[in-house]
Amino acid sequence: MTFSVRKESGGVLVVAVDGQLIVGNRQELKQKILDALDAGDKRFLIDFSRAGYIDSSGLGVLVSLSKKIRDQGGDLRLAGLNEDLKTLFELTKLDTLFSISDSPAEALGAF
Amino acid sequence: MRPQLAAAVHPIEPAVEGLEVELRVSVPSDVAYIEEAVELVARHLETSFVDRRTVRFNLCVALTEALANAIIYGNAEDASKRVVVRALFGRNTAQVEVIDEGCGFDHLCQPDPTVPFALMQPRGRGLFLIRQLVDEVRFNVLGNSICLILRRD
Repeated sequence: MTFSVRKESGGVLVVAVDGQLIVGNRQELKQKILDALDAGDKRFLIDFSRAGYIDSSGLGVLVSLSKKIRDQGGDLRLAGLNEDLKTLFELTKLDTLFSISDSPAEALGAF
Repeated sequence: MRPQLAAAVHPIEPAVEGLEVELRVSVPSDVAYIEEAVELVARHLETSFVDRRTVRFNLCVALTEALANAIIYGNAEDASKRVVVRALFGRNTAQVEVIDEGCGFDHLCQPDPTVPFALMQPRGRGLFLIRQLVDEVRFNVLGNSICLILRRD
């Protein structure tokens, strides 16, 4: 699993999850986004188009990042969730907490 | 480089209630091994169990949760302790048991993580997710063993 980071022309920092987001690697994702937040980035998109599965630790990191980014006046959006991942967000009702778009392009247009 | 995990796999002869294969993996108490352990179990299960998608998502998430609980809370990440995964499976049923060396926990006392005040909490969704993703969950009396059960007709 890897997390790749790129900056879109509109200034949105896109972090793509390749593989799982679970207890063993969640801290890596958290640190990448916190470092960018400290450096002044405000708009974040996490792209799950190439993700496998997410566990409760991964969901927990997304929740804490969402709060932190919002507290600093920023915006976090999620995109590219497959049907199973969407179900995971629905089961936990976290779909009510996050802005979720079908595709990264759609999410970028919504910032 | 850390050692790779290996599974011991044996046929169950004769098959018992549709369970045809037994697999065992001993996992160190280190969360870095979870993904490899889950992949190892899923790779074997999907060769027999009829619903591959359920193995590749529901079981993978539920087993990740069970292993994380066993390693972090059960064994307190003590390097001298192991977590054992014992899976019995066939075409229509799979039972995956995760056993740690801890003192167990009260699985009946788990708050609902979907109520509004809990939504912003980063923790407390593990057991809830397990219960949502598999068909049945069983614990032993001590609470240091959890069994995840999948069934398809």
